[in-house]
Amino acid sequence: MKTIGFIIQKEFKQIFRNKGMLPIIFVMPMVQLLILANAATFEIKNIKFAYLDNDRTPTSRALLEKFNASTYFNVLTDYASGKKANSAMLNGDVDVVLEIPPYFERDLIKEKQNILGLTINAIDGATAGVESVYVSQIIQSFNKNLRTELMQVSDNSVKPVQITTIPSFWYNETLNYKTFMVPGILVLLVTMITLFLSGMNIVREKEIGTLEQINVTPILKREFIIGKLFPFWIIGMGLLTIGLIIAKLIFDIPIVGSLALMYAYTSVYIFVVLGIGLFISNFTDTQQQAMFIAWFFMVIFILMSGLFTPIESMPKWAQAITEFNPIKYFVEVMRMVMLKGSSFTDILPQFAKTLVYAFIMNGLAVWSYKKQE
Amino acid sequence: MKQFRGFVIKEFYHIFRDKRSLFILFGMPVAQILLFGFAITNEINNVDIAVLDHSKDATTEEIINSISASEYFSIDQFIEREADIETVFKQGKVKAVLNIEKDFSQKLIKEGKAYVQIITDATDPNTANTIFNYVTAILQKYQSTQNKSTEFPYQIVAQTRMVYNPELKGVFMFVPGVMTIILMLVSAMMTSISITREKELGTMEILLVSPLKPFQVIVGKVVPYIFLSVINAIVIVVLSIFIFKMPVEGSLFLLGLESILFIVTALALGILISSIAQTQQTAMMISLMGLMLPVILLSGFIFPISSMPVILQIISNIVPAKWFIIIIKGIMLKGVGLWFIWKETLILLGMTVFFIGLSVKKYKIRLE
Amino acid sequence: MEDNKVIEVKGLTKMFGDFTAVSAITFDVKKGEIFGFLGANGAGKTTAMKMLIGISKPTAGEAKVAGFDVASQAEDIKKNIGYMSQKFALYDDLTVRENITFFGGIYGLTRARIKEKTSELVQELGLQDLTDKLVGSLPLGWKQKISFSVSLLHEPKIVFLDEPTGGVDPITRRQFWEMIYKSASKGTTIFVTTHYMDEAEYCDRVSIMVNGKIEALDTPKKMKEQYKAETMNDVFLKLARG
Repeated sequence: MKTIGFIIQKEFKQIFRNKGMLPIIFVMPMVQLLILANAATFEIKNIKFAYLDNDRTPTSRALLEKFNASTYFNVLTDYASGKKANSAMLNGDVDVVLEIPPYFERDLIKEKQNILGLTINAIDGATAGVESVYVSQIIQSFNKNLRTELMQVSDNSVKPVQITTIPSFWYNETLNYKTFMVPGILVLLVTMITLFLSGMNIVREKEIGTLEQINVTPILKREFIIGKLFPFWIIGMGLLTIGLIIAKLIFDIPIVGSLALMYAYTSVYIFVVLGIGLFISNFTDTQQQAMFIAWFFMVIFILMSGLFTPIESMPKWAQAITEFNPIKYFVEVMRMVMLKGSSFTDILPQFAKTLVYAFIMNGLAVWSYKKQE
Repeated sequence: MKQFRGFVIKEFYHIFRDKRSLFILFGMPVAQILLFGFAITNEINNVDIAVLDHSKDATTEEIINSISASEYFSIDQFIEREADIETVFKQGKVKAVLNIEKDFSQKLIKEGKAYVQIITDATDPNTANTIFNYVTAILQKYQSTQNKSTEFPYQIVAQTRMVYNPELKGVFMFVPGVMTIILMLVSAMMTSISITREKELGTMEILLVSPLKPFQVIVGKVVPYIFLSVINAIVIVVLSIFIFKMPVEGSLFLLGLESILFIVTALALGILISSIAQTQQTAMMISLMGLMLPVILLSGFIFPISSMPVILQIISNIVPAKWFIIIIKGIMLKGVGLWFIWKETLILLGMTVFFIGLSVKKYKIRLE
Repeated sequence: MEDNKVIEVKGLTKMFGDFTAVSAITFDVKKGEIFGFLGANGAGKTTAMKMLIGISKPTAGEAKVAGFDVASQAEDIKKNIGYMSQKFALYDDLTVRENITFFGGIYGLTRARIKEKTSELVQELGLQDLTDKLVGSLPLGWKQKISFSVSLLHEPKIVFLDEPTGGVDPITRRQFWEMIYKSASKGTTIFVTTHYMDEAEYCDRVSIMVNGKIEALDTPKKMKEQYKAETMNDVFLKLARG
């Protein structure tokens, strides 16, 4: 038992003495958190908008004015011809082009139906869909006002029915992406550091030859592994704490739920990541191989965590794979506890799965560490 | 020249003898692109929602049916009370609740308008916003089918043409990004270890004493990895085209050239990192920790750069991946030629020269 | 097991796939002996030693170290032996004192005992100024000596040294062997592999491995007589050629 204490002491000394690595472990993640939390947003605004006004009447200008006034759209310019507009879109200068046909005003007054041309850069399908809805909302509202004006006289005429949808965004009224992203990015950073550190650790001792020396001592496998886990676990929890402080102070992220619950969950979570790292480290011969493998899993974990794209959008088989992604659970727990105030019973499934995962991975790490080949 | 060739051949031997790393270098990008091409998308599918119907009449039933019929949504449950909304959200079972007001049909007939409140769990704001917009779109469609029977005066309709991706396929948006990310990370990682390994093993001194000029050493280290990465790039492009049905509207040849350029840029970045780092460990940590998130977040791969704060938009300009994504999307989806992407190409070229130049300078310093 | 024998090896074999690295070697080592395990690079010395110290499982044959079986009781063996690896495996980024504390602790020494041992070691080797310097900054000769001393911290019965004098000057080698003598005189058995044939002269008995087999085993004096050689080096050359 005491042996573990000696290993922990050595590991800490080595970590803190490594002057080159310290900024990478502590400063780099926090800098990234500060900068990148602002980057992750799906808010669709500043949509590059241009138009072709073939009518040039007060009515057409009034319609365009609505787009000018909207915060979603950034009205850039008008184009003289369709060809120029297409060219601009090819160049990436504009994403939405509205074409108002000639005789727009005249036809409206004559009570005819009027068709506008709308061209949208649909490379990002989901955004295009939303942009299309924004445009039609503006057009509809303009249409309604116009109709009311023009129809002041007869009010027996049939009116179209209108189903109005009212949005209500719970837990995040202002749709502040940071509320969602900051805890998520923090999770990613903590995961990356702990995974890479633990992944390289045992392999490095292999490479320099001290591992052989240790294998000749009577140290027990589990003592060795636990002694290695603990310092990195402390670092992980430390990073989480610093990150949470930044989240609260700088980003003003609400912490609705129980902080204790979050810490409890995180402590188990970090063991999963460390277990994976040590397991990888046992199987590789060089630090390079260990890093490549850790990187492979890391990229998959990050992109399939549900942080950037929803897990519900993935095909069923991919969703099944995410069951093995520890980050997925962390993101869910973070969102539920931190932002919604969910209780322990609410997160029980995630907690239980993570606990089992921790036991399995660390068990594998101990089992796969061979003192005698 | 002969010495240079010998040096390059040695670098090749290093790489091909490490079978495990080779397997990882080739196998992993393939596995990843297959995985991500299918899994990464922000199209919403079968999102679970709950319905709180205060009216329960024929119209609301039709509305609910039109929503459940859509591939976007799946009605998970019906709740009876307002208080239940909080419960289902806390349990994380549904992402949205449709709150239909009382006397819906009557209000629609008598007053001509009625309300549906769409309550979304906005802890994931993007999905929440998308859900709101899609439900609105479905209801609008329902609304217009109701109104179709009558011809209303003063009607303005927009006829929408979705270009470059008419079917709104998620892959079109993400596959170029995935390609870029993988190429960038693999290339930078590979070379970042290359120089530091020589430093750690001590063979760097031998190189320093050799008649090879610093520039030759740097370039010599990059050359074998260019071959590896090109193979990777070809595999990735082939997979994108045949499995994900990405179109290649533009010139395949141009795509190839631009890809080689990007690969060289990424490799040069890796070399620069390794010339700064003291140990392999540091080099690897920098190229992985330091590059991974910024590349994913600031390249325009998932998040639109135009939506970011101005400072970040400026910073994103130094991320090589950003420019290459524009180039790929341009060539593959828009079918543009060099005329439209000369600016981005020049930027990548400039970055490459800068990275290599800086690496040579750092390397020279060691000589003194 | 005879009370006198601390290492007993019978037909010990190690194969890697088709390749036989160690081929049915048989020998004994007596308590307090300095036993030289010689052979050229690649002859199988290190592989054989790895089996004896319990980090490699034999393919066939058996061996007992300090009374414990190498295949089934490896962990018990480790409590009773010391080891100095070819790479002098000390941690370059820890100080001398910290290395001693770490390895002492791993072997179960109390903190008090570690402190005692540390000052003993420092005195003996004259390291007073270097105790708190990083091992990585020390010259090879010092690392070597410290490594040897660390392997003796827990006062093991047997010490295994794998090519301990690689790469240092003759004077340092001489000093190192003096340390070995001192240890042996206290009753520690020394099992040392080397490819420096002149070091064979310092041993009580030596064995010479060629291509995985033990081709000769005797005292240096008798071996030179048998092979009609002036030096152990000549003995080896004759064996290797034959």
